[in-house]
Amino acid sequence: MWAILSILVENKPGILFKITHLFRSRNFNIDSISVGVTENPDYSKMTITTYGDEKQVEQIVKQLDKMIDTVKVEHLDEHKTVYRELSLFKIKLSNANDSMEINKLANAYGGKVHDVKKESIMVELTATPDQIQAFEELAKPFGIIDVARTGVAALQRSGA
Amino acid sequence: MNKMESMSGAKALMKAMEKEGVKQVFGLPGGANLPMYDEFSRCDIRHILVRHEQSAAHMADGFGRVSRKPGVCFATSGPGATNILTGIATAQADSAPMVAVTGQVPVAMIGRDAFQESDIIGMANPVVKYAFQPRTAAEIPETVKKGFFIAETGRPGPVLIDIPKDVQTNESEMIFPDEFKIQGYHPWADPDIVNVEKAIDMLLHSEKPIILAGGGTIISSAFAELQAIAEALMLPVVTTFKGKGAFPENHPLSLGPIGMHGHAEANKMMAEADCVLAIGTRFSDRSVGTFEAFEKRLKIIHMDVDPAEIGKNQTTQVAVVGDVRASLRIMVKLLLQKQIKKTEENTWIKHVKETKDYWKENLKLHPGEMGAAKLLRKLRELLPKESVVTTEVGQHQMWASLFYDVIQPGTFFSSTGLGTMGWGFPAAIGAKVAKPDVPVVDIAGDGSFSMTENSLATAVLEDIPVIVFLLNNSSLGMVAQWQRTFYGRRMNGVEQNHCPDYVKLAESYGAQGIRAQSIDELDKAIKTALSSDVATVIDIPIDPEEDVLPFVAPGTSLSDMILPS
Ligand SMILES: Cc1ncc(C[n+]2csc(CCOP(=O)(O)OP(=O)(O)O)c2C)c(N)n1
Repeated sequence: MWAILSILVENKPGILFKITHLFRSRNFNIDSISVGVTENPDYSKMTITTYGDEKQVEQIVKQLDKMIDTVKVEHLDEHKTVYRELSLFKIKLSNANDSMEINKLANAYGGKVHDVKKESIMVELTATPDQIQAFEELAKPFGIIDVARTGVAALQRSGA
Repeated sequence: MNKMESMSGAKALMKAMEKEGVKQVFGLPGGANLPMYDEFSRCDIRHILVRHEQSAAHMADGFGRVSRKPGVCFATSGPGATNILTGIATAQADSAPMVAVTGQVPVAMIGRDAFQESDIIGMANPVVKYAFQPRTAAEIPETVKKGFFIAETGRPGPVLIDIPKDVQTNESEMIFPDEFKIQGYHPWADPDIVNVEKAIDMLLHSEKPIILAGGGTIISSAFAELQAIAEALMLPVVTTFKGKGAFPENHPLSLGPIGMHGHAEANKMMAEADCVLAIGTRFSDRSVGTFEAFEKRLKIIHMDVDPAEIGKNQTTQVAVVGDVRASLRIMVKLLLQKQIKKTEENTWIKHVKETKDYWKENLKLHPGEMGAAKLLRKLRELLPKESVVTTEVGQHQMWASLFYDVIQPGTFFSSTGLGTMGWGFPAAIGAKVAKPDVPVVDIAGDGSFSMTENSLATAVLEDIPVIVFLLNNSSLGMVAQWQRTFYGRRMNGVEQNHCPDYVKLAESYGAQGIRAQSIDELDKAIKTALSSDVATVIDIPIDPEEDVLPFVAPGTSLSDMILPS
């Protein structure tokens, strides 16, 4: 199971280390992680995505909850949550048509194009990890030079 | 809010500790904690000097386990701080309340590889309940208050307070708060009555129910409640090793500890049971063998103060989260209301008693006069029941598990989580400080005792008379046993060859050393030790080839015991 965890922590130095250390020492995995300060500067919000069976995810949540620096830990329901990840793709341009094709592809996924050069083009895509994966598959034949992804940020939908 | 007063960080530390009721600390000074040490001459806290910081932590640990209040240890920065790490990790593994205070280089030097700088916060974080590093003197009073609160509440554990030297010397207006908030810390949950009812129901509807009491039972002093429930429902009681003595071991329903070196009858009955009420235990592999084999056969009711323990190692049918004493109290109340009381006339209990009698009579013991069972039974016979016993780690520890019956609950302590050799002796010293009026005995092996024997200096100079019951097989016996059993008798790195002479060693520290080579001599030695007011080492030479049996080999289940042939 893929799980999205939303973790509100005190905004103090060393906390990211402690959280990631917990994953390592308990033999859990981090699939992606993103951190940012909240509207209240005393807190940061981390979004961690991970894989595990139901029992494992429950255990991860409990272990995180037990940490004194975590204020609130939630296992978000994927279907009741808006979750997005930002990705940047640098893609090779070999043929005259490539640029147009990639532009079309980017448009289809709601992406933006930057840094168009003779030999490469950059696409910025904000989407779910699945969509980013799908885009990547389609971009592969052109030749992907480099990728950077931020990790998921997520918020529960209102009334959910 | 109390009125403000101006003072140094070091002075504020002492004042804050006095407010927490600290009467003594165990430690060793150095450059980075000198401002704190300077304050000992101006306050009522007794400083007990150790010869190695690891022992300071174990003493604080022993004090904490016995008194249920955090024991305090002090170390300087760098090597002092790293030396106490083993003691901190030991306390964490056994949920013992402790506050460790280390000195640190001045704030401006942190991160520059200054002399005796170590990133002790980074090193300790995985093995503490929480770690603080106040960056201003004014933070100290609240930090201390929070530190003690975290160390002793919920599932207890060690807290580290690392104080930079300038934070100790800086003067500040101090506020000693009565109240504070730690947002992310919820040490108490009220046990859910519905789940307690379900638990009772499950126990009543199973044919072979059993109680498994773990260390949490001892930590929350749930002795009376445990006994009331066992007696009301006629449930046999096994314990984990950490829970040893949570239930009087001379009680007819007691079967003793289960596990790798558990009692044969306890392992047998645990392996046959169909429902277990597990109290304050983490289902350690040393207790239950392979997890899968264990949960396959059993309905598990799990009570624990730590919600993260539920389902960590075992799948449970009913979970009751909360202080286990509070949970058991609810159970007792419900049993009384419903007037549920079972009689002795059931086949399971009869079977349990027969099995127990069988093993009491038929377990093959060492034939010699100085076999471990005879030695430990002699100790039991002569020790008042309220005596406190600690152990080191090794065969002697497991023989203590098998042959030293704890009669007064909560008087037996051992390093069971981390399994730290060298823990027992300094822990005994800490225990004696907590309970000066009862005899305190460390059941030791020569290998373990060698690791912290220099604490004899502390015991003598600080007038803390404990007894070391040294089962001396001139070897690292437990490792030797594994080499005999699993490595074709290829004996590597296990011999200690009668060096040193522990009687002379004790005497050279100004302690009392007695060698006991027969049961008669042992009888006299124990009596002498009990009546003297100086620390005593009783050196008891034993057969280096004696094995601890029964034995559940690692990776197997409780029903696969290796028995003496
Ligand atoms: C600090 C530490 N180092 C190594 C071990 C591994 N170990 C477990 S038992 C044991 C032998 C203990 O020897 P001793 O204290 O003489 O007790 P005995 O088994 O002979 O009774 C060793 C080396 C340990 N538990 N702790």
